[in-house]
Amino acid sequence: MLELRQVHTHYGRIEALKGITLDVRKGEIVTIIGANGAGKTTLLMTICGNPRASAGRILFEGEDITRLPTYEIVRRGISQAPEGRRIFPRMTVLENLQMGAVPNGERYFAEDVEKVFSLFPRLEERMHQRGGTLSGGEQQMLCIGRALMARPKMLLLDEPSLGLAPMLVQQIFRSIVEINRTQGLTILLVEQNAYQALRIAHRGYVLATGSVVMEGEGRELLASPEIRAAYLEGGH
Amino acid sequence: MSVAAQGVGAEKARFDPARALKEAGLAAFVAFMLFLPMMGFRLVGAEGRLGLEYRPQWVVIGVVTVFFGHLLVSFLRAMRGAPVRPAGRVGPVARYVNTHAKWFALAGIALAFALPFTPFANRYVVDVATTVLIYVMLGWGLNIVVGLAGLLDLGYVAFYAVGAYSYALFAQWFGLGFWEALPIAGVLAATFGILLGFPVLRLRGDYLAIVTLGFGEIIRIILLNWYPVTRGPDGLSGIPRPTFFGLVFTRRPAEGEVAFHQFFEISYSGLHRVIFLYYLILLLALLTNWFVLRIRRLPVGRAWEALREDEIASKALGINPTNTKLTAFALGAMFGGFAGSFFATRQGFISPESFTFIESATILAIVVLGGMGSQIGVVLAAAVIVILPELGREFEQFRMLLFGAAMVGIMVWRPRGLLASREPTIRLHARSAGERSP
Ligand SMILES: Nc1ncnc2c1ncn2[C@@H]1O[C@H](COP(=O)(O)OP(=O)(O)OP(=O)(O)O)[C@@H](O)[C@H]1O
Ligand SMILES: [Mg+2]
Repeated sequence: MLELRQVHTHYGRIEALKGITLDVRKGEIVTIIGANGAGKTTLLMTICGNPRASAGRILFEGEDITRLPTYEIVRRGISQAPEGRRIFPRMTVLENLQMGAVPNGERYFAEDVEKVFSLFPRLEERMHQRGGTLSGGEQQMLCIGRALMARPKMLLLDEPSLGLAPMLVQQIFRSIVEINRTQGLTILLVEQNAYQALRIAHRGYVLATGSVVMEGEGRELLASPEIRAAYLEGGH
Repeated sequence: MSVAAQGVGAEKARFDPARALKEAGLAAFVAFMLFLPMMGFRLVGAEGRLGLEYRPQWVVIGVVTVFFGHLLVSFLRAMRGAPVRPAGRVGPVARYVNTHAKWFALAGIALAFALPFTPFANRYVVDVATTVLIYVMLGWGLNIVVGLAGLLDLGYVAFYAVGAYSYALFAQWFGLGFWEALPIAGVLAATFGILLGFPVLRLRGDYLAIVTLGFGEIIRIILLNWYPVTRGPDGLSGIPRPTFFGLVFTRRPAEGEVAFHQFFEISYSGLHRVIFLYYLILLLALLTNWFVLRIRRLPVGRAWEALREDEIASKALGINPTNTKLTAFALGAMFGGFAGSFFATRQGFISPESFTFIESATILAIVVLGGMGSQIGVVLAAAVIVILPELGREFEQFRMLLFGAAMVGIMVWRPRGLLASREPTIRLHARSAGERSP
């Protein structure tokens, strides 16, 4: 469904991605793990065309989207819940969700709000509260909910468990699996929490300083000694 | 919510006398340096020659006032706790006004319509009210750009000027009346808005402010120097007055024209035209308001706000930032243009002097003082900014000083503007948990 072929991305002179090749197939959960600064966020942002890839090709459902502007890519069916959540702080929960529905002209707004609320009941209780006054976990739910409002074919999640209490982490991961199972949504998940991510993922890629250094099935990576040493030491 | 609010606000700054004295001393020193030349000396003409009069007592009074005033303010502040409200929280008055916004608005509109017929209305009052309404309209127009889209525009007066000159020139060359020229002026101003918008698409904050400021000056300088068309500093005069469905407002109408007082068989009064102009700007301003309130609920209006809040997130949600910003500039400019046309027809004479930077600054001050994005706030701020200097006329030379003090005061006590808050554009009724389908 999504294919990256030798994708390079530069920030000025710094090369943040050094030829990434990666595939995500329809209906899969694919996770990307890696140390801080490995280029995970850059990879997701590059898929969305902000920044543009400086070399290589990105194909979505067979179409070359490498040079498209961000809003066009989003309209093709790729939604992102970006790093740092980036919800609109002065807008209410409901308005944030409404902004998420921009790509499909808000035709399914009422219906989709229902779906998001049943996935994250906490958001319904707080629908008229301003985004900026939500707790961190609630903001994360809102961020994912907002991305879902676009009815994407594929969802990019950048560290959804960041800064959440263990209970909430569990809940977020359960929601991710639920979205994938019930809606058949393809998910590309970036995580620091390698253990949890690999457990729910069909496949995973390990990124280090802008290159893919390892790839395989979720369970396989989880069992691999290198991964255990580098990312799973010290328990979870 | 209220518990949390108190928790934050309760953290009081302790009153520290030594520090307060030091700060008050510093303020008094600055005041001394300012007051010495401004109030300490006075030019007097004595026996045909200019002489200086020394007024040390004035300086002493001023400096002492500042010193104790500063002490008092620090003391009050320490008593009240942290003065600056965190983002997203509004005071009780603002909350009250906002929850009853509809009633305040309706009452305000009713009052505005009744004003010319109230007992205390005279030519002066209606004139001042008309000026207030021009600024209200400009404030609402600029609110689209600054308040909603979050683009700091310091050159808004350029569009006001474009609107004014468009009407004046179209009337002069093609004999167009006010009503025919109005849409053209709006379109022209909007075009200039897009023209400004293109080069500044990638700019934010300070840089955007500088470029828009430059744009305002460019327009003014063109008006000043393009003599064959704009008649430069001489300005354009004899701009036709608007008509009321073809009826003119003159005592003795020309051949073929019918005057307002003749048609309605009432005796002529100069007040008719003043009142007509007042209603005209009232309608134009209400139109602006209605438009802004409507568009806030449409996708483009929401996209403005989203872009203001977080540009990266907006892009990632499928918003086209280029189009969104350009529409904000264009629509904001259009209302500036309408207001400009009205200004031209009201004055009957325009020159570049009416379109200086100070106008842009005043309009921006109205938007900021009103509380960015608040429609009622703009009305209050426009009234304050126009009426305060009028009231101050009795204080003559201290007028602007009082005005400045009032502005500083507002920003100290209400740092987020008079009515800082934002009305959500969508509401749903919460259902009880049991109603939700499984
Ligand atoms: N806007 C930018 N300008 C310059 N360099 C950048 C920019 N954004 C990221 N980088 C650099 O690119 C590299 C990859 O950054 P990226 O944010 O993709 O890492 P990451 O894998 O998401 O890290 P983390 O796990 O900490 O979120 C880092 O070295 C970073 O310093
Ligand atoms: Mg990152």
